[in-house]
Amino acid sequence: MSYKGLPEVVTRRRRSFWESAYFVEICKGLFVTGRHLVRNLLHTGEMPTVQYPEKRREYGPRFRGRHRLMKRADGSPRCVACMMCSTVCPADCITIVAGEHPDPAIEKFPKTFTIDLLRCVYCGLCEEACPCDAIRMDTGIYEIAADNRESFVVDKEFLLDNDKDGTL
Amino acid sequence: MVPVVFEALAKIVFMFLVIMSFVPLLIWAERKGSAFIQDRTGPNRAAILGLRLAGLVHPIADVLKLVFKEDVVPAQRHRVLYAFAPWLVMTVAMSTYAVIPFGDHLRLGGREYQLVVADLEVGLLYVLAVSSLATYGVALGGWASNSKYTFLGALRSAASMISYEITMGLALMGLFLVFGTFRLTELVHQQGDLIWGWLPRWGIVVQPVGFLLFIAAVYAETNRTPFDMTERDSEIVAGYHTEYSSLKFALFFMAEYAHMVIGAALIAALYFGGYQIPWLRRELIEDQAGLLLTGLLAAGALLHGWLASLYFRRARREKGWYRDAREREPGVLGAVALVIGLALLGSLLLRPWSLGAAGASVLATLLQTGFFIAKIACFAWLFIWVRWTVPSFRYDQVMRLGWQILLPVGLVNLVVTALWLAAAHRP
Repeated sequence: MSYKGLPEVVTRRRRSFWESAYFVEICKGLFVTGRHLVRNLLHTGEMPTVQYPEKRREYGPRFRGRHRLMKRADGSPRCVACMMCSTVCPADCITIVAGEHPDPAIEKFPKTFTIDLLRCVYCGLCEEACPCDAIRMDTGIYEIAADNRESFVVDKEFLLDNDKDGTL
Repeated sequence: MVPVVFEALAKIVFMFLVIMSFVPLLIWAERKGSAFIQDRTGPNRAAILGLRLAGLVHPIADVLKLVFKEDVVPAQRHRVLYAFAPWLVMTVAMSTYAVIPFGDHLRLGGREYQLVVADLEVGLLYVLAVSSLATYGVALGGWASNSKYTFLGALRSAASMISYEITMGLALMGLFLVFGTFRLTELVHQQGDLIWGWLPRWGIVVQPVGFLLFIAAVYAETNRTPFDMTERDSEIVAGYHTEYSSLKFALFFMAEYAHMVIGAALIAALYFGGYQIPWLRRELIEDQAGLLLTGLLAAGALLHGWLASLYFRRARREKGWYRDAREREPGVLGAVALVIGLALLGSLLLRPWSLGAAGASVLATLLQTGFFIAKIACFAWLFIWVRWTVPSFRYDQVMRLGWQILLPVGLVNLVVTALWLAAAHRP
């Protein structure tokens, strides 16, 4: 292997006397940090830190939060239990048990539809795969917390009820 | 005999309280200052009834946490030395203050009190001797923990002590040559003089190189960045106190900050005139005491009024931010500032301009002690400021700096000082 065009010896710049005496350089550094300090003291409100629980960041409209299931006009789930989402899911977190729908035009409906939120990687492939726009991740909910693991496995009723906050 | 004991006890308690109140303040300054330097907000959550005091409640929370934490100890430790080391470090940190004068004298009830715990003839030597004793605590703690990291930390501490104690001694020798005394009270007293009628005869003015040497040595002795190799996280975990937890760790931690206060107090006393207020000699303060007190009270009242207005403005701005007890904070602080300001304003009615001679003496002492404490605070802040500015030296760089640069420079400084003095005092 050849390293044509690259210098074989890296030449380092010799430090001048004042640089190697440290003192002046340290004073310069103190000036830099002092400038930050004074600026932040005078303009406390302009710091980039977001005071989280009280103030929240605005996320983009494409932000993928917790899932929700969409409803038809009559309130029944839009899902037809086609298994596309559970098949495409890379984390294998969606479990659907299909049942026969009384309306022959619809064929199937989900008897159960559970998502294990601890396994979900929030990739959004399920909502991409869904042929009838039944599952969406547009709730914007990202604070998902619970006391025990079982609570993170959410069922159809929970997912259909779209007005909940992050507490499971 | 008894009054003497009481006098000494009162001074010791005073110094102890000053240092012990400095420690949490410095921890707070370190956390909040570093945050502001790095464009962060820093601690601002711990609150008592909604009062957060910009994070000042956090040190209290930290201490409570450390007190109630489980004391995890290594099984193969040396039992006696392991328990003894933190106390040794803390005791040594405290005892250096004995010789540092925190004021000229206090005249109370016809008696004059020297404001120093022990006015030793060999004060400077005492400082050198005791400050290097702290390394014993560190070395013992590191060895008794029976862990490689703590052992390495202890070794490094001993090495840096040996290297930088010499520099410190040489710097102090220069000071000794100029002022001709080891007695710290005398040394600080002489720094009240003026050279050519306008330049304060401070240590930094007569020994500028010595000051740089001394400050480097103090930073190395207190194990602060850029010389923090005894506890460098990336190399040896937490250094000598890796195996300590709970209250014993708290002692080490507090001793570190107490050492910082000593370092700052020494720099202030030796090189920045101690309790001396530049261009404001004690006689002048006592002469113009009434005027000064009036001015101070008025300035204090104005300052508190301004603070109150700031807080009230903040209270209006932050309305509806938190929706809990924290919302009352700016209002409460503003009210406190307003009450203090009004009290100061009211005290002007007591005719402070007609202050008697006894009061004048007390005022002069208070002013000088206050000035000394302010100087300590400035240099303690410098410790923190440097830590969050400068990256630390490698171990070999620390040794090279100590032996190959600071030591020769210290020797040259000593010789030049001696020659200069000999030339100046030629018969």
